[in-house]
Parts: sequence; structure tokens; C-alpha cells
Amino acid sequence: MIPAFEEPRIGVYVCDCGTNIASKLHVPEVVDYASTLPNVTIAKEYKYMCADPGQLMIKKDIREHNLNRVVVASCSPHLHESTFRKATLDGGQNPYLFHMANIREHVSWVTSDIDDATNKAKAIVSGAVYRVAYHESLEPQKVDVRPEVLVVGGGIAGITAALTIGNSGKKVYLVEKESTLGGHMAKFDKTFPTLDCASCILTPKMTSVKNHPNIEIITFAEVSEVSGFVGNFHIKVKKRPRYVIEDECIGCYACVEQCVYKVPKFLSEFDEGIGLRKPVYIPFPQAVPNYAVIDPETCIEFKSNKCKKTCVTACNEVAGRDAIDFNQKEEIIELDAGAIIVSTGFKAFNPDVMPQYGHTRYENVYTSLEVERLVNSAGPTGGEVILKDGSKPESVGIIHCVGSRDKNHNKWCSKVCCMYSLKLAHLIKERTGAEVYNFYIDMRTPGKGYEEFYEKLLEEGTHFIRGKVAEVTDWAITPQEEGKLVIRAEDTLIGTVRRIPVDMVVLAVGLEPGKDAGDIRRIFNMSCSEEGWFLERHPKLAPVSTFTDGVFIAGACQGPKDIPESVAQAQAASAEAMCLIDKGFIELEPNVAVIDETRCSGCHVCLGLCPYTAITYNKEKEVAVINEALCKGCGTCVGACPSKAINQRLFRDEQIFAELEGLLLV
Amino acid sequence: MEEKFNPKIIGIFCNWCTYLAADLAGISRMQYAANLRISRVMCSGRVHPEFVLWAFKKGADGVLLGGCHPGDCHYIEGNYKALRRYILLKKVIGQFGIDERRLRLEWISGSEADKLRRVTNEFTETIKSLGPLPNRDDIEVDAFDESELKIVEPEYVTS
Repeated sequence: MIPAFEEPRIGVYVCDCGTNIASKLHVPEVVDYASTLPNVTIAKEYKYMCADPGQLMIKKDIREHNLNRVVVASCSPHLHESTFRKATLDGGQNPYLFHMANIREHVSWVTSDIDDATNKAKAIVSGAVYRVAYHESLEPQKVDVRPEVLVVGGGIAGITAALTIGNSGKKVYLVEKESTLGGHMAKFDKTFPTLDCASCILTPKMTSVKNHPNIEIITFAEVSEVSGFVGNFHIKVKKRPRYVIEDECIGCYACVEQCVYKVPKFLSEFDEGIGLRKPVYIPFPQAVPNYAVIDPETCIEFKSNKCKKTCVTACNEVAGRDAIDFNQKEEIIELDAGAIIVSTGFKAFNPDVMPQYGHTRYENVYTSLEVERLVNSAGPTGGEVILKDGSKPESVGIIHCVGSRDKNHNKWCSKVCCMYSLKLAHLIKERTGAEVYNFYIDMRTPGKGYEEFYEKLLEEGTHFIRGKVAEVTDWAITPQEEGKLVIRAEDTLIGTVRRIPVDMVVLAVGLEPGKDAGDIRRIFNMSCSEEGWFLERHPKLAPVSTFTDGVFIAGACQGPKDIPESVAQAQAASAEAMCLIDKGFIELEPNVAVIDETRCSGCHVCLGLCPYTAITYNKEKEVAVINEALCKGCGTCVGACPSKAINQRLFRDEQIFAELEGLLLV
Repeated sequence: MEEKFNPKIIGIFCNWCTYLAADLAGISRMQYAANLRISRVMCSGRVHPEFVLWAFKKGADGVLLGGCHPGDCHYIEGNYKALRRYILLKKVIGQFGIDERRLRLEWISGSEADKLRRVTNEFTETIKSLGPLPNRDDIEVDAFDESELKIVEPEYVTS
């Protein structure tokens, strides 16, 4: 097949990628082969095509050899397509007269036999050479970008992102699932390694968010639907009823105090179930926004309709307000935004699936998050570390890597557990004077001041035993073990099984993708890693971008992260979002579908196929019409048109036919 | 002696899931059969039935279509349309005398590099057992009429 239009003059550049490609296939052979292909003017090998000299070579050759098509055989187009399009443009040609042959990810890295790899690379290069001959000059589609940003998730990452963008003068919507901002960090007492008080660094930020003129907080709400695309997202937010009118409530606690339940009776979610709350409550005193919530599951009025409703009386009489509304309904709020930052965080591993550690079976086995509430001075015990019977523990065992680095559960290292275990060890020792034993597989303390913190704990006399714990049991075999929990582990440093009797066991649970991460991923059209963490566009070069333009990720929803990293990532995501909205427009891939009216028979087949209703029917002309602004370039209509009246730019039928033919040459 | 049959397999993969899985397989240095040659489309819904027939005509012994899992399509539902066409297309290729097993559709997400490796190896084995595609010249494809090709004037899109 030879295209009938302007004579193509193709330059083919095969990249060595250092040794990534060159050591796995015969690059010179591929270059020689390429030079024999139709329309190829020159074919060259270079060590690093993506580096400046490589790009310069393309620019120079376009001018010197009058090239009008460029093929680079190197890595994935997802990595460097834009780099080489720009080089083509700088050389004086339209950037879309370029095509990339992926011979690294798809050949050299996946093929062990060097001849097979060489052959496959030749096929892929000829596919690209055949295809590029049919490429056409195109202009990117320009679309306006709305100036608002939606931040989803109000933990430390979301708070940071909202503040950063809000401070730049842009409007931010911050949507939080719970009734208050703060996320996991709000539950902590101290942060490692500096041991500064979590509350003292977090709550002022929460207040700033609340008072920020550019930030609108929507709590007790979840994004239920996102339509539109980069620059013009239309978002539906489902706001659950809190049965308290937000504009009326002043957070005075009168309703909580006067609730018919004189004492708290129900497990507090915020206190990880170790504290109690009433049916009407405020999760913690510094909650932002500071509004009461009524839990319909436990409130008598919802169950029987026969409550005395002392909370309502209190609200009216003490506060002079009328904030309680038992008839509040779910609300749908519609928003428009140009960019979205997803910072929905993580979920702690549930150790109940590891019965050998006895969580729930033994009352003094706690998860690390439960202990965080226990050591928190605003927690249910006022910061006192006490056992269920109220006494102080004399010895405490901390079991590391619960659910992490474990092929039966999660393979990954949760990254923060070593450090928070050290922090808890320090706090427990400080508050109770107990002997603390850490059972670890490896101590992982990379980070500024982290190793020094570990060093400090060693000096404080905390015990470290290297070995994965086999079980926690109350079966005593010596008098010293009576009434204690015995941690049984192999000490791999001295090569013997040890039994350590303790009063309290802390399970350092790992981090997992959030419970609803799957739904969130679908709503925002993101990808996930195999484990369920949201996938970044590139691990090194685009760590906060996703494969959906205009949607960014920050914090532990992308993978286990500590607070400094979450904050840094949130600020990075804010910068990316601001780049987008500040510019005011975005250039999209010009891969929309176009209709040849002379061929269209007006059969209507394409109309029902378009998920974006971009295709309408023109009754006068009796042809289908595509609205290019609505077309996202999937090409589904093109694949279905029986008259071949529709074609897709960048993926024209003839380009793909030619590519397939080229791919099958050798 | 007859040369060992080394089938040519065309993969037409969507940009957002299966193509990424192939990239990830590379990044993870997974080794798999070198018979697969991948063409990228934005969505599996783009796959025109004639792409498949054309590939068979031009030398493919098997065609593997790859898209996002149902519910995960980057374009909402293009993969469902691909599935509808695939089911019909299986019947059509039968009428051309092509064994239905030479065409396969798989949902492979961007993180399922291992599935991509497994499917490619499996499919390569299937095609090896079927042998080279006979009578490919008999396949009629109304691919495109070369005489109809003309210079395509770029349509400039102004903002």
C-alpha cells in the first residue's frame, strides 16, 4: 500500500535506551531492515533518543533530509510520545506526523530470545512505518478549563490540597465522607519522629479550611457521579442526612448533654470502638465543621417515634436554636470543576482474619489505631494507657507487620508501621513505665530523623526481638505466665523460640486500600494497581497524575504513606491542578470522530452507540452530525458505521489497516 | 525439513487497560511468547470487524482483542460494544473458513500484566496447535479502496 497523497519521506530512529533495548535485540539489524521499508528516507540508531542530542538529530534530519514523517522505535508512547511529537514540531513538521514503535516494554523487556526479539522489533517498526505514511497534519483541540477544583477526602492530604489551592485564590470544594474533616490524623496523639502533637498541627489547619473564603466544605457526603471531562467536570455529590441543620447548629453540645441516654452507650467510631458515644454526638471536640450528628441506628426517635426528644428541647431552650430535624433527607448537590484531586486515604488492616493474634478473643489485644485513641489525651481514657480492668500494664508487646509483608494477606510493606510502633513504644513506656517488647521482621526506618528515633528507643531500653510472632495465647506453662498473654515467636537472632508474657498486646496493623476504593476508582475513571491502590500515571515522572486527564491523586489512596509524604504529594497535586486551571485552557488529543457527509446514509446506527450523545441527526441533510466538543475519541461509532462514513483522527481506518499490514510483514 | 511454525498474532488493545497491561508486563520484565504484535486503539469499541479480517488476510494466524473489564471502560461502555461485535464476528470468521479459536477477546486491566502474559502464552499455544491459517487469500475485505485515497486536508480546530 502506498498512500496516494504527498510523497512520504520517513525518518526512522531506533533507540538503544542505554542497554535496555540494545542488549536484548540486534538494533543495527532493525535499523538496516527499516531502511529497506517503503518511503523510508533514513534510518538511524542512537543511544538515547529521548535525550537532547537524540531530539536534536530528529530536528536536524527533518530539515536536512526534508523528512515529513518520523518514527521513533523506543519505549511506550505513554512515556515519550509527547517528547518526540515536540521534536517533530520543532523540526518544522506537524507533531502528528509522528508515530512511536514500542520496542522496549513490548519487546526487549519481555522477550528472552535475542533473535525472536529482533524479529518482533522489525515487525513493530514496519507497522509504525506503514502507519505513519497515512498520518495527517492535525491541530490539538483547545478546550476551556473551569477555575474550580474538587478535592475528595478531607484527611491531611485533602486539607493540604484544599488550602494550597484556596490560598492561590481559586475556588475549592472539599467533600468528606465523615461528619468531620481530619481523617486518620485526627485520631493520633503524637506524630513521629518529632513527637509533636497531631492535634496541634492538624486542628489549626482544619479551622483555616473552615474559615477560608475560597473553600466550601461538604461533609457527610460522597461523590456519586462524575460526568464531563478535563476542564469541565460535572459532579454529583450525595449528602447524607445528619438530622441536624448545619446552618442552625452552633456545636454547643446541649443536645448531647440532654439526650435521653444519660451516659454514652454506643461504640464510638471515631474512638475505634474503645470509647462510647450517645446517639447524638460530635465525634471530637475540635471537629470541623463542629455540628452534631444523630445516628438513626441508635436514636430512639428513629426506632420507636416515642422519644421524649429532650435534645430538641435542649436545642430550643439552651441554645435558642432549632437545629434538629428528624425528617432531613438525603440531598444531591451538583458541582462543576475544572480539576479533581482524589485523596480518599486508606483503611487499616483488620486483624480479625488472623485468629492466632487473638484480637477480639483476648480483651487486652489492641490494634495500633485503638492504642492511638488510648494514648490520646483527648481520647476515652484521657491519655491513660490502661487495661480493660483499669490497671496499668507492666509489660506490653508490639507485633509488627500484622497483615503486611505477608503472602497470606498483603504482600506490601505498609511503610509507616515500624515508625508508629516506635512512637507507641515510647509513649507507652513514658505513660506507664512498662517494659515494651517490639517483635519485628526487619526494622525499616528510612526518613529524616527516623533512624535517629529508632536509636533513641534502643537507648531508652525498649526491647527488640527479631522474629515473626506465631501466636498470642493465654495458655500459661509457667507460673510467671499465669494471667498474662504470652507472645510466642522465634527469635531469629539467637535462634530459639521465645515466650514473652505481657499484659497488653498491640498489633501494628498495616495499611490497605479503602473499603470503597473500587467504587471511587470507577466514579473517577481511574486505574488501580493489582493491590487496589490508585494508579499514578507514571511512578517517577507523573506520580500524582492519573490516566484520566484532570484527575489527580494525593496521600495514602495511592499507596502507604506517612504524613510528610502525604502533605508533599497533596501540594504536588495542587500544583498540577493549578497548572491546569491557571492556564485556562487545555489541548486535547485531536482524536475525535468525523463524518463524511457524502458517504453517510443516515442509518442512525451510530447515534445510539455514542455514550456522550455527541452524535445527532440532521433531518434536513439526512446525515448524522458529530459535535466535536462532546466527542471523547473512543471510536466506537467508527467501528460500527456500515457506510464507512465516520473516521477517527489519529486512528483512521487506513492508518490501522496499514499498521496491521506492516506488523505482519516479518 | 519443515520449518517450525512460528505463528503471527495480532493484538488490538485499548489504550487504557490492555495496552497498559502490556507496558506493565515490560516494566515487570515478564517474559512471554514473542508472537504477539500489538496495535493500539483508544477503545476496544473502535475495533472494526474488518480490522480482524484484514489481519487474517495479511498474515495473522490469530487475533487477540483486549479491552477493559466490564464496568471499567474509559469511555463508559465501549467494551460492551466490542463484545457484541466479537460474538457476531466469531460467526463471520467461521464463514470465511477461519477456526473460531483464532479470535479471542479478553478483558485485561492495566494492572493485570500477569494475565496478559498468561493469555498471550495460552493463545500462542492454541494457535500453534491449529497451525498456519489456510486460504487466507480467499478472505474478502473491503478494507479501503486505494484509488479513493486523497490528500486529507487537516481541519483546523479553533478554540
